[in-house]
Amino acid sequence: MSAAVAPVTPAAGRPAGPVVRLEDLHVAYGRSRRDARPAVRGISLEVAPGEVVALVGESGSGKSSTAHAVLGLLPASGHVTGGRIEVDGLDVTRAPDRVRRRQRGSVLGLVPQDPGLGLDPTLRVGVQVAEVVRRRGVPRAAVGAEVLVALADAGVDDPELRARQYPHELSGGLRQRVLIALALAGHPRLLVADEPTSALDVTVQRRILDHLEHLVAERGIGLLVITHDLAVAADRADRVLVLSQGRVVEQGPPAQLLVRPEQEYTRRLLAAAPGLVVPGLVVPGSVAPETPGTRTRLVVRHATPDDATAGSTAAEPVLRLHDVTVDFPQPGRPALRALDGVGLAVPRGRTLAVVGESGSGKTTALRVALGLQPVTGGRVELDGRDVTDASWAAWRPLRRRVQLVHQNPFAALDPRFTVEESVTEPLVSFRLGGRAERRQRARELLDRVGLPAAHLSRLPAELSGGQRQRVAIARALAVGPELLLLDEPVSALDVSVQAQVLALLADLQADLGVSYLFVSHDLAVVAEVAHRVAVLRRGRLVEEGPAGQVLHAPADPYTAELLDAVPGGRHAAAVAALAGAGAGVGVGA
Amino acid sequence: MTAVVVDGPAAGAVAGPAPGPTSGLVSGAARVARGAGLGRYVAGRVAQALVVLWAAWTATFAILWLLPSDPLALLLSANNVEVDSLSPAELAAAQARYGLDQPVLVQYGRMLGDALHGDLGVSITKNVPVTQLLAERLPGTLQLSGLAVLLALAGGLTVAWLAAWVRWRPAKVLLSRLPSAGVAFPSFWVGLLLIQVFAFTLGWFPSTGDEGPAALVLPAVTMAIPTSAVFAQVLTRSLEDTLAQPWITTARATGLSRAGAQARHALRNAALPTLTILGLLVGGTVTGAIVTETVFARQGVGMLAQEAVLSQDVPVVQAVVVLAAAAFVLVNLLVDLLYPLLDPRISHAVRTPAARTPAARTSSPRTSAARTRRRPS
Repeated sequence: MSAAVAPVTPAAGRPAGPVVRLEDLHVAYGRSRRDARPAVRGISLEVAPGEVVALVGESGSGKSSTAHAVLGLLPASGHVTGGRIEVDGLDVTRAPDRVRRRQRGSVLGLVPQDPGLGLDPTLRVGVQVAEVVRRRGVPRAAVGAEVLVALADAGVDDPELRARQYPHELSGGLRQRVLIALALAGHPRLLVADEPTSALDVTVQRRILDHLEHLVAERGIGLLVITHDLAVAADRADRVLVLSQGRVVEQGPPAQLLVRPEQEYTRRLLAAAPGLVVPGLVVPGSVAPETPGTRTRLVVRHATPDDATAGSTAAEPVLRLHDVTVDFPQPGRPALRALDGVGLAVPRGRTLAVVGESGSGKTTALRVALGLQPVTGGRVELDGRDVTDASWAAWRPLRRRVQLVHQNPFAALDPRFTVEESVTEPLVSFRLGGRAERRQRARELLDRVGLPAAHLSRLPAELSGGQRQRVAIARALAVGPELLLLDEPVSALDVSVQAQVLALLADLQADLGVSYLFVSHDLAVVAEVAHRVAVLRRGRLVEEGPAGQVLHAPADPYTAELLDAVPGGRHAAAVAALAGAGAGVGVGA
Repeated sequence: MTAVVVDGPAAGAVAGPAPGPTSGLVSGAARVARGAGLGRYVAGRVAQALVVLWAAWTATFAILWLLPSDPLALLLSANNVEVDSLSPAELAAAQARYGLDQPVLVQYGRMLGDALHGDLGVSITKNVPVTQLLAERLPGTLQLSGLAVLLALAGGLTVAWLAAWVRWRPAKVLLSRLPSAGVAFPSFWVGLLLIQVFAFTLGWFPSTGDEGPAALVLPAVTMAIPTSAVFAQVLTRSLEDTLAQPWITTARATGLSRAGAQARHALRNAALPTLTILGLLVGGTVTGAIVTETVFARQGVGMLAQEAVLSQDVPVVQAVVVLAAAAFVLVNLLVDLLYPLLDPRISHAVRTPAARTPAARTSSPRTSAARTRRRPS
């Protein structure tokens, strides 16, 4: 598709130097200079044409602020308080928006974070791309053709059809490609990609990143990638800058930086990153002995199945789905089969992870387990009791045994409830205990999830994402359930916080013997927690088995494809080559 | 939650080259279904509107005829006859003449039948058919309401636009507080103030009456102020929310100016929540006309309503109430039909929750803001 397009040649007179140069950049937020809260404190970097530079850091590290300062798109409360921004050889630190605007689109292109919200929902895709093409000065008659070229360049299949569609008619991956097309349509010399794939499935993520890399190589565009995902940075970047609290902690080529980190902070980030095997770090669990190609070596914590995990004979599973089918009727179309004869069993006191991409039916499986989704066929058993057609009243006492933890801790807690009110709500709902007992229970629960009792009176807004998810877990544990349904419980959290929450879940399971049904799209996370893994694809169960077996020796090609798409594989291969056979692999097994 | 699951076919189309034509067929079929469903939707809404009109008519009948006052006494006193001066026989004759001797339900049925045939009865106090009264009074009120709505839209839009666009804090604060003041002042007071300044002091416009377009200005402004204030409040808030959406950043990153992004990408999205309130505001101008026409002594429907209520002229009151209800129903029907034109994610044809297109649910700002993970840093 993109082969037909001529590379953008730099016009005569353009400086050959870096497209963007930052010198000791400072950015602060606040209404006035005096109460300004610094977000970026002295970042220097350069991105040359054809170069991929990755900014890596956790929430609040200043990476997005840096990107927005480069584009001149800081929010009204943000100011550049020091340093120098050069774009295309021009000092634009104090330049008015008029000047910055001319560079946006034509010199700098942005690939934003969230494909779900990055496009105007009320305009057709083609109209939005055409707007950018026209601004480049393309004559009216040629705009239509240029729009199709831009879409094709971004890897959008059937551009003519897509141009007529609205954003909501496209999948997440396609929307991300349209966003890339929007950025490319102005023929920029540098793309700033702000978490370009963090909202996408792994396989889609890989295709998008491959495509961006291809554009960089083919056209000599510079790429500044902002990411929280060390594995993505490790695989794709020529240079990696690790940011913390607005400063560059460490920088260098990934092979060097991520293998022999000099700074403690980088080491901690690496240790928390699931799926990145770093030599010299002791990782409990086991690593696949031989992984073909550039597949990531997933560290599977529970690689050797125990009695409960291995067979169904040892103990009755907590939850069992027998051959469950769920259809969603659609007017004028055949019903959509969300689950097709799926059988799952959650072993008692263990974790069953259900993995799959969007649309695979994993959320429907979870709703079936919760008794919120009537099934079209099959049976559901909770504690050996058939609850398939249980009425609301029959389900009510059973809800004490099954509790849910949501994906997004920012939305799962009532913003006007204090932590105590949130945690004790299930107790109130089931009329358990008096006021004093509930308060005592809330203290215990907070202690359990590693939060101080002083947090009881706080509101969710006063807590960090990880703390909120701990509160959500405490709430789910309040009525002493046997089974927790965890719906992508860490996908909205930073890597280091992810690791803490996963460790907490493991501790709780060891102490309380609670079972988990863990729904996730992230195989690296699954490897950390799962005893058994079930892989869903378009409503069908593709593969199910002990975690070590499924993740190390997948029987189904689709599972293998998912595993191949986990970022970090290339880096692992490079590390292995660098360190020599054997030495590059972690310990265990 | 189901949204993620129903996403099946769309997720299949992710980035892969093959499923293109399939998705094309699907969206084509959806478009056909939408077209067929729209007719049914409009028919349903019109039926609903008729029910609302009937209910308004019936409620007015019930309230007015079941009031403790004696309708016959009112009717007779309108003809300068005192009830006390009549003998019981004469009273009975009078009752029979007006049909008041029949049971209430029979009276109700007869009046409803007449109303359905376009006969809204005869004004008790004026002895003129109600339809004729309305025909005389309606054009003036329509002119007034029409101009007031246009002024309200223009004023509200200007204030909201500037409040969202201006970056200098004092001006921004002033512009965003201005609508509250507009809502706070009662319209009769604003009307009197305008008369004092622009009619008596400056002499630019006539203070009262309904001759010529000049007389229309002050009452229209009076009616427009509260309407535009509410409109501006809602639109400002909505614009601010929309301008904070990621797609505005995307648009700005392609080189669009702030004003350009606001015009091209924010206004249309921000107009959606405003449209609902606009339906209520425009419908409300009929009732707003009562106060304004009284203050400015204009012979319109509002004035007619006020006179009719004071003299318990039941047929006239009933007609005015039904008229106001009709205005509400019509405007809100228009608003509902406008929605899908402004927002392609809304379709009136497909109503069942499971059948809503999954992507529409994931991509609507409110739901997906909660669902998709975002990493501000």
